[in-house]
Amino acid sequence: MKVTMHVNGRQVSGEAEGRTLLSAFLREELGLTGTHIGCDTSQCGACTVHVDGKQVKSCTMFAAEAEGAEVTTIEGMANADGSLSAIQQAFQDYHGLQCGFCTPGMVMAAAALLEEIPQPTEAQIRHHLDGNICRCTGYHNIVKAIQAASGQPVAVAAE
Amino acid sequence: MYNFDFVKPSTVEEAVAALADDEAQPLSGGQTLIPTMKQRLNAPETLVSLLGIEALKGVTVGGDRVTIGAATTHATVAREVAEAYPALAALAGNIGDPAVRNRGTIGGSLANNDPAACYPAAALASGATVVTNRREIPADEYFEGMFATALEEGEIITRVTFPIPEAAAYVKFEQPASRFALAGVFVAKFAGGVRVAITGASEEGVFRWSEAEEALSGNFSAGAVSALSLDADGMMADLHGSAEYRAHLAKVLTGRAVTAAG
Repeated sequence: MKVTMHVNGRQVSGEAEGRTLLSAFLREELGLTGTHIGCDTSQCGACTVHVDGKQVKSCTMFAAEAEGAEVTTIEGMANADGSLSAIQQAFQDYHGLQCGFCTPGMVMAAAALLEEIPQPTEAQIRHHLDGNICRCTGYHNIVKAIQAASGQPVAVAAE
Repeated sequence: MYNFDFVKPSTVEEAVAALADDEAQPLSGGQTLIPTMKQRLNAPETLVSLLGIEALKGVTVGGDRVTIGAATTHATVAREVAEAYPALAALAGNIGDPAVRNRGTIGGSLANNDPAACYPAAALASGATVVTNRREIPADEYFEGMFATALEEGEIITRVTFPIPEAAAYVKFEQPASRFALAGVFVAKFAGGVRVAITGASEEGVFRWSEAEEALSGNFSAGAVSALSLDADGMMADLHGSAEYRAHLAKVLTGRAVTAAG
């Protein structure tokens, strides 16, 4: 079937089977490989994108379900002039990544959080990252990056 | 995953007609069904999405009850029920993770009746009514064991009505990898008595702990359950916890839920 949606502000169409996951559609049909597939079992959050403004796991939604929807991926997060967005820049500044595999999902999760709670507490940030797994950083620097991106002083309690 | 035909009706009638086919299944948020299909544990020939049916969405608060459309997401419940029924909102706001809560729905959770899901505990402890395209089913008659419910073929949940208790709380102990409840207890205090529902622990799925209900109806304090013991017979046992462990955990959580309810 033909599926049409708006991805990063642009109308796109592509072929999908019923079983085609949104993650596969974005990567294979549209070539947007910034959305990563870590576990493909709904655990890791590397495939996190926004559908109609809501943070979802694109590996746990069919492409056909996004028909007509507004989808935002990591490719749509930079500023219009190509510079990094505040969240992306904060991840760089605070070393919120090492291997970088989880980073697209982390940035999308962070953006959804700051949309809902512009100045989250550390506990709110950690609670919100429940569905995003990072095996490198131990999360501390990711939490710091999100605090910085929200314009708050960076302070993370040692655990 | 095996392929299937995807259909997205816009009314309950169209969905019911599409589900008349033996090989068709309803799809709500898909947060359980899609992983199950990936493992080829489920292979419907047709998936009938219920998310295009506006009549199945939304929250209505009226007097002493809250009514939630079956296709309402956990995130919406967490937000819109916070004032009317805070314990239910808190439960919804702690299911899975934010992405799961933006897709998963109350109707999907109740229709699936996972033995470790959160919503069944809320529905049973609140004495909720599950409304379908055919009838109204009291929670006490709805849950029929692990992954089993009173729903018949072609019957879909349209909404769920929760009476609002005087006091209530849900406390769960999460299995850290799956985030499902290793045990979860919902305590609800009504003028007519206290109801206690336990999820995650029993091989039969969610159940009411009548001994605790009696004790708490006389004395609504954590102390009232401390002398009780929950039988380990029939509790689930796996690498995460033995039957005895789950029985004990459920009892401890019952006390904590009573304290949290205040």
